[in-house]
Amino acid sequence: MQRFDLEAQGLRALNAALHALNGQTNETAWEVVNPKGSHSIAVGLDAPIELTVHGSTGYYCAGMNKQATIRVKGSAGPGLAENMMSGAVIVDGNASQYAGATGRGGLLVIKGDASSRCGVSMKGINIVVHGNIGHMSAFMAQSGNLVVLGDAGDALGDSLYEARLFVRGAVKSLGADCVEKEMRPEHLELLADLLKQGEAEHLAKPEEFKRYGSARNLYNFNIDNASAY
Amino acid sequence: MCGIVGLFLKDKSLEPQLGAMLTEMLITMTDRGPDSAGIAIYGGADDGAGKITVQSPQPEKDFADLDRELKDAIGKPVGMVIRSTHAVLEVPVDQVEVARAALAELRPGLKVMSVGDSLEIYKEVGLPKDVASRFELAKMRGTHGIGHTRMATESAVTTNGAHPFSTGSDQCLVHNGSLSNHSSLRRMLAHEGIYTETMNDTEVGAAYLTWRMKNGATLGEALEGTLEDLDGFFTFVVGTHDGFGVVRDPIACKPAVMAETDQYVAFGSEYRALVSLPGIDTARVWEPEPATVYFWNH
Repeated sequence: MQRFDLEAQGLRALNAALHALNGQTNETAWEVVNPKGSHSIAVGLDAPIELTVHGSTGYYCAGMNKQATIRVKGSAGPGLAENMMSGAVIVDGNASQYAGATGRGGLLVIKGDASSRCGVSMKGINIVVHGNIGHMSAFMAQSGNLVVLGDAGDALGDSLYEARLFVRGAVKSLGADCVEKEMRPEHLELLADLLKQGEAEHLAKPEEFKRYGSARNLYNFNIDNASAY
Repeated sequence: MCGIVGLFLKDKSLEPQLGAMLTEMLITMTDRGPDSAGIAIYGGADDGAGKITVQSPQPEKDFADLDRELKDAIGKPVGMVIRSTHAVLEVPVDQVEVARAALAELRPGLKVMSVGDSLEIYKEVGLPKDVASRFELAKMRGTHGIGHTRMATESAVTTNGAHPFSTGSDQCLVHNGSLSNHSSLRRMLAHEGIYTETMNDTEVGAAYLTWRMKNGATLGEALEGTLEDLDGFFTFVVGTHDGFGVVRDPIACKPAVMAETDQYVAFGSEYRALVSLPGIDTARVWEPEPATVYFWNH
C-alpha cells in the first residue's frame, strides 16, 4: 500500500507520482490522506490501480480517468470524474455540479446525491446515483446510461441524443425532446447489471424504474419552424 | 469568481473564537478573490448601545477627536474604537439616526459601512490575510458573521466596491456572481429614492433588498424577489441581527456548500473553506438548492 499525505507532500507530487505509473505497475494500491477539499486530486490517471481518498475533495477530482479505480471516502466538489475514459470512480458522499460530464466510458457511482448538470454531454459513461440528481442533468447526453435511485430535478435530459436515463423516483420536469419510454426486457437486464456494478443491487429493483430517452424530434430541422429563425 | 464564507454559532462557548474561525475560512478563499476582502461580524450585545461603523481614507485626520465632537453635537455619551481605516462609534440606541446626521455634518468625507445594534463591517482592498490582520479580525468575538473575498468583475477594485454591503440596520449582503440588469435597476431604484454610491452590481442588489423591505417586505420576501427581479448569476449570503440567510439563482452555477453540526452552521464557496472547523469530518455537509431561500436564526 502506497500512502500519500496530501497536506505534507503536495498535489503536484501526488499527480506526478500517479502519472509515472503510466501503463503497467506493481504499485496497485494507493491511499491519499488529508485531502481537505483540495482541487484536481488524482487527475489524468492511466494505470490499473486502486486509489482511495480519505476525506472530501474539491474541484475536478479524478478527471480524465483511464483504467484506475478511485474511491472517495467523503464528498466531491464540482467537476467530479469529468471526461472519464475507463475505470471507475466511487464516491461515498455527495457530488457537486456536473459530475461525470462528457464521460466517454467507465463507471461513476455516487452514493449520496449529485447536484445540477450530472452527466451533462455524457458520451458513453455509466453513472449510478444512489440519491437524487439536480436540474439540467444529462443535458445533450449522447450515449451511455444514467441510473438514479432517487428523484431528478428540472429539465432532465434536455436536447438528449441516445443516452438512456433510468429514474426510480419523481422527475420534476423533462427537458426539450426528452420523453418517457417503454421498459423492455433488455432494459431490465441492463439495469440489473448497472445496479450490481453500482453497488446498489440491495437498494433497488430494476422494475421500480422508469426509462427516459430522446423523442428524436430535434434530430432534423423542421421546415415548418423556418419562420421562427 | 469570488469567495464567500459564513459562520453561525449555536454553541455559545465558541463565541470568543468566532473571529479566529472566520479569519481562517476567509484566508482559505484567497485564490477565489485576492483583490479585496471584507467581514461583517455580529457582536450580539443587547446592551442598549447602537453601533455606527465608519471608514475613512485619512483615519488620523478624520477620527481625531471625533468621539468628543459627536458627544458635543448630540449631547449623549459616545464610545469610539478605531481599527485602522475603520472606527466603530457607540451611541445610545435611540440616538443612532441623530448621530448619523451629525456625523454627515462633522465629517462629510466619512463613509458609513454599517449601522445597527450588533453589526460591524470591515472591508478594504488587499489580500484577505492583510485585510484580516489590519483589522485584527481574529481577535473579534460574536454570535455570527459573514466574509467575502473579491475578484472584481463589474466595477473597480476600491474599498467601496468590496463586500459586504449594508442593506439596512444590522443587515448586510455578500455576493458571488455578476448581475446583468444592474444599470436599469439602479435607475429604477433612484426614481424610488434609493440611491447607490458606486457602479458596483452588488450594491444594486443590496439597494434592491433595502427598497423591498422599505415597502413592507420581510427579508425572506425580499430575497424571494431577487429570483424574479435580478438577472444574472448570484449566490447571496445575507446577515441579519440574529442569523443569516442564503439564496442562489435558479441556474446555480456559482458554488456553495454548507455544513451543520450541533455547534454551528457554516457556509463556504468551497469545502476547503470549512475544513478547519471543529467536527467537520462528521458534520452534515450539503449543497443548498437553487432558487431556494434558507435562513438560520438564534
